[in-house]
Amino acid sequence: MRRSVLAAASALAIAGASLAQAGPQAEVLHWWTSGGEAKSVAVLQQEFSANGGTWTDMPVAGGGGDAAMTALRARVLSGNAPTAVQLKGPAIQEWYEEGVLANISAVAEAEGWDKVLPASIAAHMKCEGQWCAAPVNVHRVDWLWANAEILKANGIEMPTSWDEFNAAADKLQAAGVIPLAHGGQAWQDATVFEVVALGILGADGFQQAFVDLDPAMLASDKMVAVFDQMRKMRGYVDSNFPGRDWNLATSMVMNGEAAFQIMGDWAKGEFLAAGKVPGQDFLCASAPGAGFLYNVDSFAMFDVAGDDKQDGQALLAKLIVGQNFQKVFNLNKGSIPARVDVPMEEFDSCAHLSAADMTSSSKDGTLLPSYAHGMAMRGAQSGAITDVVTAHFNSDMSSKDAVAMLVDAVANSL
Amino acid sequence: MIAWLERQIPKMVLAPSFVAILIFVYGFIAWTAWISLTRSKLLPKYELHGVIQYKRLFASPRWETAMDNLFIFGALFIGISMLLGLMLAILLDQKIRVEGVLRTIYLYPMALSMIVTGTAWKWIMNPGLGIEAMVRGWGFESFTFNWVIDPKMAIYAVVIAGVWQASGFVMALFLAGLRSVDGEIIKAAPVDGIPGWRIYSAIILPSMAPIFLSAFIVLAHLAIKSFDLVVALTGGGPGYATDLPATYMYAMAFSRGDIGQAASSAMVMMGVVFAIVVPYLYSELRAKHD
Amino acid sequence: MTDYSYPAPTMSPDTRPAPSRYGQTALRWLLFTLLGLFALFYLMPLFVMVTTSLKSLEEIRSGSLVAFPRDVTFEAWRTAWSGACTGIQCEGLRPYFWNSVLLAVPAVLISSFLGAANGYVIAQWNFRGANLIFSAMLFGCFIPFQVVLLPMARMLGLMGLAGTIPGLIFAHVIYGIGFTTLFFRNFYVTIPSDLVKAAKVDGAGFFRIFWSIFLPLSLPIIVVTVIWQFTQIWNDFLFGVSFSQAGTQPITVALNNIVNSTTGIKEYNVDMAAAIIAGLPTLLVYVVAGKYFIRGLTAGSVKGLMQ
Repeated sequence: MRRSVLAAASALAIAGASLAQAGPQAEVLHWWTSGGEAKSVAVLQQEFSANGGTWTDMPVAGGGGDAAMTALRARVLSGNAPTAVQLKGPAIQEWYEEGVLANISAVAEAEGWDKVLPASIAAHMKCEGQWCAAPVNVHRVDWLWANAEILKANGIEMPTSWDEFNAAADKLQAAGVIPLAHGGQAWQDATVFEVVALGILGADGFQQAFVDLDPAMLASDKMVAVFDQMRKMRGYVDSNFPGRDWNLATSMVMNGEAAFQIMGDWAKGEFLAAGKVPGQDFLCASAPGAGFLYNVDSFAMFDVAGDDKQDGQALLAKLIVGQNFQKVFNLNKGSIPARVDVPMEEFDSCAHLSAADMTSSSKDGTLLPSYAHGMAMRGAQSGAITDVVTAHFNSDMSSKDAVAMLVDAVANSL
Repeated sequence: MIAWLERQIPKMVLAPSFVAILIFVYGFIAWTAWISLTRSKLLPKYELHGVIQYKRLFASPRWETAMDNLFIFGALFIGISMLLGLMLAILLDQKIRVEGVLRTIYLYPMALSMIVTGTAWKWIMNPGLGIEAMVRGWGFESFTFNWVIDPKMAIYAVVIAGVWQASGFVMALFLAGLRSVDGEIIKAAPVDGIPGWRIYSAIILPSMAPIFLSAFIVLAHLAIKSFDLVVALTGGGPGYATDLPATYMYAMAFSRGDIGQAASSAMVMMGVVFAIVVPYLYSELRAKHD
Repeated sequence: MTDYSYPAPTMSPDTRPAPSRYGQTALRWLLFTLLGLFALFYLMPLFVMVTTSLKSLEEIRSGSLVAFPRDVTFEAWRTAWSGACTGIQCEGLRPYFWNSVLLAVPAVLISSFLGAANGYVIAQWNFRGANLIFSAMLFGCFIPFQVVLLPMARMLGLMGLAGTIPGLIFAHVIYGIGFTTLFFRNFYVTIPSDLVKAAKVDGAGFFRIFWSIFLPLSLPIIVVTVIWQFTQIWNDFLFGVSFSQAGTQPITVALNNIVNSTTGIKEYNVDMAAAIIAGLPTLLVYVVAGKYFIRGLTAGSVKGLMQ
């Protein structure tokens, strides 16, 4: 007991002493705490230490960052903001507007970020023209995962349109296989919804509906069709889906209980961890419809006092966008590097497909932010949309009612 | 002078706590009331914008569900926990040899937070993994227990887990009450030919009226604060079918960056608390005057 | 369920007027069956947690969740205690466990002591307005913690306690006062006021009476208060996650970090072992002190709750 008290006291002392210490400092708030993710962040920490920095870890998992955001608000209000925070999408600009973000343009310009990041991703990292965040990776959301053996046994090709998907699903259902593995949590419902929406509305329609929040598009017949397809999807899901974690849905595909899953490329990590080989045991393809929905993780730097902390921010930003970290981190995490000039030899076939699609989408303007993962709009709006999506999916609400509710909810959230 | 000081000591002892409560409870409620009249988003803002947040709140179907759920959950949770707690207390009061063990078994859920037990409950209630699968495995193919995945029934599944957690504590309260009833009365009754159940219904239970009320207060406080329970068991789902005001407020304030909206929902919640607690406090004060 | 609550008491041998031996035995068995069935209901989640924590990950993936482990392994427990990743550090729950101890022990002691002093004043030294103050404190018990999170963060910042263990202790003490005062006040109210009067005649003052008469009498209610406060504070997540920073996070935050992976692989056996470890201190308190808990409630708090 006494020893532990001493140990704790010395831990506090170290935390206190670090203020006076020279060298770059960073207290990093993030929600990557589980095995693979934690190892990926540890890579960054090692690089940071190797460059003379002192990394203080402040992990808060839960709810896809909800708990971390709770902690962040409390920290900012108490005037004790962390140095760097895992933040993404328009939330970065929202925090900037509160006047609490630091400017890291100096590093970004010195490192030439503008040249190596796709324009739409770079835009997320800027606040009123200055750089305020550093991107870590690009997750693609609109993936369709499949059990190779089941598709083969039932003579099904990876579908390229939602009609083909429906035909395949009907066939699988008749054969006694669950067509779609799905977990009934609001964010997963939203993930399927946005992938279906991208396919049916097209890239322009998606942009109007979920980036511009155009009421005309939200109320359109096409949106009714999206909800119609969601109703179909509901029929392709087994009855035990509510509350299921996404990784359990993934193992249903692995075990051959279910044929398809619609999920971001973190699902790949589950397959790989179970020793499955892409292209052989499981298949990855972009979900029906042209376009690329991205979910970019990034770190924003908060306004902190002290040269050591500001040095820490600059060093951290530089390392995050550095080639080495971008490669190692994304190999671990299943995503692809945010910068386009990272050698891809060590990545698997799914990652290659993702990288190629990102480049082509970036050119033809179909590289779009994921609404379900907080990239497209602010929390109040995306939350309001998710409420409608999940209410519709989990009840027998008609598509027309859902569209009417969607328009109301978005209007009420502004 | 010293005598005067002497008389002031009790007030001085109470003062720090009183000041703390004044600031950290009532000051914060006032702060929340103010924020509920603003358009605060990510962080609190102080320019007033009227009752817009309340209009938004009452226009939200999700809030309506949350309030309905609070009343369903609150009534069932309080009612069943009381009945079950009372029943267990009476059963345990029958001079059982293993009372100590059983009491601990009934009481332990209160020791664990739902963050800890939530996953286990999730599995047990899941039709594909838990009880339903187990009973079907025994050969009862038509057995169903799928409340947790049925939007209409999921709130009742939450009630089960809630009752599991709190009823042991209620049992402890009632057991303590039974033990403090004068033993002579109970011993004398059978001699006079009064049957056992009459002793309970006519003598013991009425004398425990205060315990019913305090059990009610403890349970009401748990019901209103229920947050971990829902988050761990259903995450508010299916859809938002099991949302409660506390989870609604949390979602608005912290995952959606809509603090004004969260503050307005908090004020409505405080109103509900007020309606429940004030009668209690009133009776508390009146009893003192008698 | 209500059907059972009244027939049951009649089984009791000492309340039933003239029981037949045969009927009595049958009723006794019914009683034990009922109690046993309820015990199973209460134990179910614990059973699932313990068995899962003793299985290997393969067995969990392949087998039923509600089954005994085929091969018992304590690997998950070791990982949860000292090897699971709670961020980039993979030191398990161990470091956080001590943060929780350093936080819970002072917070429980201080809030209990304040409750005792407040309860003593309100019950025995009642002055005008004291009941109003008491009501105000009680109402404070009901305030949802989500409501106070942001203003409290601001206050802690102003007081220079942001992110520190003393700050967390402060928050827990403030929001614990209501319940501790309630417990002690209801206990002290059952002590005859003549006692204070007699002591005053003997020349004892306010503190003297508290120290040498009331505190020694208070053991039962101290047990109740300490159990209640310890459970609340140890299990708290919301304050723990909001008012801490790197190095001061309590065990519930670490548990949450282990259990809640967003896009990683879930190790259910480690999750369960971690959950049990995190809950062990409170569980132990209930098991060891459970008897005194009932006794403490019997000793006055319940009886006096409404007087």
